[in-house]
Amino acid sequence: MNLDFQALDLSRTGDLLVALAPELVLTLAALLVLLVVAWRHRTPEDLRLAGWLTLAGLGAAGFAAWFLWWQAARAAGIPAMIAVDDFRFVADWLFLGTTALTVLVSFDYLEREELWVPEYFALLLFASLGMMLMAGAQDLMVLFLGLELMSIALYVLAGSSRRSAAGAEAALKYFLLGAFASGFLLYGIALVYGATATTNLTLIGVQIATLGLQHSAMLLIGLGLLLVGFGFKVAAVPFHMWAPDVYDGSPTPIAGYMATAVKAAAFAALFRVLGEAFAAVPAWHAIVWWLAVATMVVGNLIALAQRTLKRMLAYSSIAHAGYLLVAVATGTGAGAAAFLFYLVAYTLMTLAAFALLAAKGTNGERDVRIDDLAGLAQRRPWLALALAVCMLSLLGFPVTAGFIGKWYILVAATSSGQVLLAAVLVLASVISAGYYLPVIMAMYMQPEPSADAHAGMRLGRLGSAVVAAAVAGLLFLGVRPNRLLDIARVSGASVRAAPAVSSDVPPAPLREPTGR
Amino acid sequence: MYAQTVLTALIAWPAIAAVGVLTAPARWAKHIALAGSLLELAISVPLWWVFQPAGGMQLQVDVPWIPSWGIHYAVGVDGISLFLILLTTFLMPLSILGSYSYITTRERAFYALLLVLTSGMIGVFVALDLFLFYIMWDVMLIPMYFIIGVWGGQNRLYAALKFFVYTFLGSLLMLVAILALVYLVAERTGVYSFSYFHLMGNVGELGTVAFWLFGAFFLAFAIKVPIFPFHTWLPDAHVEAPTAGSVILAAVLLKMGTYGFLRFALPLFPRVALHPAVQTAIVTLSLVGIIYGGLVAMVQPDFKKLIAYSSVAHLGFVMLGIWALTLQSVQGALMVMINHGISTGALFFLVGMLYERRHTRLIEAFGGIAKVVPLFAAVLTIVSLSSIGLPATNGFVGEFLVLLGAFRTYPAAAGIAAVGVIVAAMYLLPALQRVIYNPLDKPENAGLTDLSARELAVLLPLVACIVWIGVYPAPLLRRMEPSAQRFIESVRPAPGPAAAAR
Repeated sequence: MNLDFQALDLSRTGDLLVALAPELVLTLAALLVLLVVAWRHRTPEDLRLAGWLTLAGLGAAGFAAWFLWWQAARAAGIPAMIAVDDFRFVADWLFLGTTALTVLVSFDYLEREELWVPEYFALLLFASLGMMLMAGAQDLMVLFLGLELMSIALYVLAGSSRRSAAGAEAALKYFLLGAFASGFLLYGIALVYGATATTNLTLIGVQIATLGLQHSAMLLIGLGLLLVGFGFKVAAVPFHMWAPDVYDGSPTPIAGYMATAVKAAAFAALFRVLGEAFAAVPAWHAIVWWLAVATMVVGNLIALAQRTLKRMLAYSSIAHAGYLLVAVATGTGAGAAAFLFYLVAYTLMTLAAFALLAAKGTNGERDVRIDDLAGLAQRRPWLALALAVCMLSLLGFPVTAGFIGKWYILVAATSSGQVLLAAVLVLASVISAGYYLPVIMAMYMQPEPSADAHAGMRLGRLGSAVVAAAVAGLLFLGVRPNRLLDIARVSGASVRAAPAVSSDVPPAPLREPTGR
Repeated sequence: MYAQTVLTALIAWPAIAAVGVLTAPARWAKHIALAGSLLELAISVPLWWVFQPAGGMQLQVDVPWIPSWGIHYAVGVDGISLFLILLTTFLMPLSILGSYSYITTRERAFYALLLVLTSGMIGVFVALDLFLFYIMWDVMLIPMYFIIGVWGGQNRLYAALKFFVYTFLGSLLMLVAILALVYLVAERTGVYSFSYFHLMGNVGELGTVAFWLFGAFFLAFAIKVPIFPFHTWLPDAHVEAPTAGSVILAAVLLKMGTYGFLRFALPLFPRVALHPAVQTAIVTLSLVGIIYGGLVAMVQPDFKKLIAYSSVAHLGFVMLGIWALTLQSVQGALMVMINHGISTGALFFLVGMLYERRHTRLIEAFGGIAKVVPLFAAVLTIVSLSSIGLPATNGFVGEFLVLLGAFRTYPAAAGIAAVGVIVAAMYLLPALQRVIYNPLDKPENAGLTDLSARELAVLLPLVACIVWIGVYPAPLLRRMEPSAQRFIESVRPAPGPAAAAR
């Protein structure tokens, strides 16, 4: 079999298997983990075994994705169910990396909370498989399949702490609202199919252009329902109500996972759908514009009022969904690139913040108030420093990756003429100083309430390694983002569909991307 | 060798020294920090001679940083930034020495933050790339935030947050303006670059957009200066900050605002800056700052707050001098910037020394202490007189030049500003009288100790500068003249010789 990676013919089985290699590897790994834990699920050793198997599976899938990226794999011929482009591979890395970090953080957490549920890891694998399908879906049906795979695994994960009533509430709430969102999405898909007679994203784009469907009522209603479904998944205002309660009740590593990877997957799919299928429909720009403004403003304002760290992070993740929506609203290749870069930065800082929160509390960390961090800097200077860097990065402060990410979004917004949106973004960022800084203030500027106030704070060796790596990554990307920026730019440009008609002006297109 | 590396060394060295301070034993921290800042001063001093007054922007270094975005590490120095750099490096050792007994907790962190702050401040003054400028502008925010918030007074958390949020608001809007500007220039020239000279050379005519961009820059700088309605963070920050924080805040950080006007806001958007409505508004705000700052200072019971409000008045002179756009007024504005750094810095040191002895800064808690602490009283008198602007002190030179220059452009405004000089005497002299003269009626004051050798070592260099600049300012004026001239021409192209040459 001679393979031409630059022109994979997805109608041939061999080529299709190659194009799906990362997903297939991950499926095998997930099944393997499921088999292993069917026999071994009682002791901490079993838990660890499952965890390491999971990491190995993630690594193998990551290698497969890297290999395809390295070979610059592309599809040729008629549009197929799955996309083969850099956007997908980079998104895959992001999901796999996030999952790996979550697994590493979970080891200590599960042991401390005495949750002997090794299925946890298998579910994480299935969830990331769903995410990869979402980011790679070139067809609305594949997208829906991926979404359901991811969501169902997460419904279970949210309730994996069986003794906790809040966990049960979170799982049920997530399930009910998630089912609603899926319903909206599915109905939207049905209407879009009704209008265009296809579920393939590229063909939808072609149909809209050739049949002049820009103003077809059925198509627009379908698009609106799709946006509602995605709005639920990314927790955009006004579809955000479930997020704080669900994050609050879920085990903290899962909350971090939901705030990062799940959101990233939904955004990646949204980006591809809007960019490839609906590029010629102007209506969504205004909708996303308003969604972005509402999400930024409302998310930040409500976060100001939070007293517990976990809910504050939940609302902060809503606010960040608003920033990402700004990148979506630009609808340009630069927007896609900014979006990818921001996702990396956001994932690192949010995961590290949740990992630190997990170290601080017990029983789900629901009661860790921001004031409880008082004096942490004297007692645990390194933990305090790590959390401070995360907060500054979330705030978008220079010399952290969060700044470069925000900067890139602002570049994309200003260069597509959305200066007002950019101004709203920075004003919202200023508001966010009002809740990120108090964390730093509590840690550094207030005295310890008692000598053993932080005695219970424990971050295992793996957890420490994850946090240290994330913080180092944040600082490194804040100073030297060059390589990742190039990758993001090339990948962002790859998501554009052939028949796209919008005239986008890339922000820094004035030199060819240097090769890999 | 020196020319190629000095500016980078000035930025990098304090950061390196900060790491040294952090890793050293706590009781050595202040000594290492002092040695580090003295070396920084030593690195900067040859600039005084190396600098060519007529050479324009010099000692430039330009290294690609994020080339795909047109971002470079580009630095340089001219007659405007030279003195601000020297002022910074001159005040840092004094601030560190002045904190020796004031700071008793978490010393390593304190001195490390002061050093990082130095890096940021130098970076702001030498940056010739708007991305680098923005980074430095924000980077120095964090150390100051911690200095106020950790080592400050009772109400420090509020003051620190207010300081941060105000500055951050301005700087983020400036960020959007920078991006929009770069994009607009890139659209015209096809080159996406944050280089200062590239933007200056190609900014051209922007129409109404220029007003918005100028507005964003104006807001960022006006908050920092601070110009009248944006000044409310300043008294809080000053009163709560520890002595070294107040000194640096007043002496250097406020100058970043006026420096921003001189370097960016006016040269990039001259048409907006010269628009009659904008001119009227800014000159009016400057005057309001001068008079209002003075009047509010007059009624302050807290000596430190009094000095804080006097800063608002002094910076009003700077703004007036900049906008008057004559050679004298711009040179005067630069002089006031330097003098305010020296005099107000010294005043904050003196108040801090009082506070260390009595743990109060209320003016009414003192009285007649000249008999007890004659040295202290003498230094306070000299410094106060220089702050008022008495002839033969540095304060006179700057304010006189501003008034002289402004008189040609805005005669009425210059007249009102002259009243401000009298107001300065009206708030500072009574305070001086109530603190060091009057009868010694508080028994607590009878036991005050006079200045120690260390405190004298902090104050005498400042007094020396006060006298030197007051008597013989020519070397400074000579070095700033060509740059001031070039600034004026970049805003308002010279009608005389240049037009004739064409």
